[in-house]
Amino acid sequence: MARITASVYTSHVPAIGVAMDLGKASEPYYAPLFAGYGPARQWMADNTPDVVVLVFNDHANAFSLAMVPTFALGMSAQYEPADEGWGARPVPPVIGHPALSAHIAHSVIREDFDLTLVNDMPVDHGCTVPLSIMFGQPDAWPCAVVPLVVNVVQYPVPSGRRCLELGKAIRRAVESFDEDLSVQVWGTGGMSHQLQGPRAGLINQPWDNEFIERMVNDPEAQASMEHVEYVREAGSEGIELVMWLVARGAMADLAGGGEPTEVHRLYHVPASNTAVGQLILEDAPTRSAPGRDVS
Amino acid sequence: MALDKPYLDIPGTTVFDTDQAAKGYHLNQFAVSLMKAENRERFKADPEAYLDEWAMTGDQKQAVRDRDFNRMIELGGNIYFLAKIGATDGLNYVQIVSSMTENDADAHAEMMLNGGRPPDGNRYRHEWEHRSGGA
Repeated sequence: MARITASVYTSHVPAIGVAMDLGKASEPYYAPLFAGYGPARQWMADNTPDVVVLVFNDHANAFSLAMVPTFALGMSAQYEPADEGWGARPVPPVIGHPALSAHIAHSVIREDFDLTLVNDMPVDHGCTVPLSIMFGQPDAWPCAVVPLVVNVVQYPVPSGRRCLELGKAIRRAVESFDEDLSVQVWGTGGMSHQLQGPRAGLINQPWDNEFIERMVNDPEAQASMEHVEYVREAGSEGIELVMWLVARGAMADLAGGGEPTEVHRLYHVPASNTAVGQLILEDAPTRSAPGRDVS
Repeated sequence: MALDKPYLDIPGTTVFDTDQAAKGYHLNQFAVSLMKAENRERFKADPEAYLDEWAMTGDQKQAVRDRDFNRMIELGGNIYFLAKIGATDGLNYVQIVSSMTENDADAHAEMMLNGGRPPDGNRYRHEWEHRSGGA
């Protein structure tokens, strides 16, 4: 059976991808950030999953205003990096896992999550920058990816509660997939940033750090936060952080299991216009089968 | 009944909601067309002819000509769409974003290195009523 092994949370700032693509990661501006990524990359090298369910938002690349799906699940065998206006990133194509996509779609739609199913889409920096952050610059990505694209661009966006509940449903779907696969769920975006208007450049370090803390210890409370608080406190684009709740929802403690183990946490300001966060939570070991509990 | 929009009291911020999206549909679709290299070339070669292919208002076209991103956003644009206009001009996100603020790109980058624009004094419109530039 497939199993959830960990959740990973990371910003997906395009400039971080550009820094890697142009060989600038060791320059003084970026060196401290990439040094901070070191332990996460080492952990990932030691714990590479078979599949990542990668939760991100499209930035007007796969979806124009012609269609604005709230939750869109990629069903394909392969996704090409998008040309976002500067030319496509020089990174490998993203290899999908159509059988797991189909299983997740079947399972969560039957649980009333009305996903849009997408067979043909490019993937933008929201998907490829997290892969670059976690895996560096390989010739091919070392695992398959099931992209889950969340609308956080046009309001109203899905609530934190809805995102957390979707994550719980994804866990149930993965655990009912017959193939023996290790699966991670990645929630990406954020942290505080605002890219528009005279208030652009907003960064809220205390709020960001409290958010990370609540993600670890009280995700149910975080799920109740209204959108307007994200926008007011973490900037208009800080709303991306609701996507972290999808990944958090997939952890065992929210399904009656044990607490996750925090193995990595990073916070850094700035990358371009954005505060950068990163968090890795290992899922609790599966509990003993019923009847074997001797407590 | 009026829709609940609790975000309207945040200063210097336009939330891209369904009303803004309706207003800015053609502006945003024009911008997203610049994802294609051949469209970027056509727009650069003859901007007026390219703009005329889109059902934008005169104000929207003028805001594009002026590269006035604040005005484009007021008229229904969204930054992720509009960024493709900046990309066509060879600008990066810091250059595009800073153009909407009181700072030039260098001063904006410096502000970010110093921790960004602080939230204090920047949460509510009434806090900006007597604002005279600066964060």
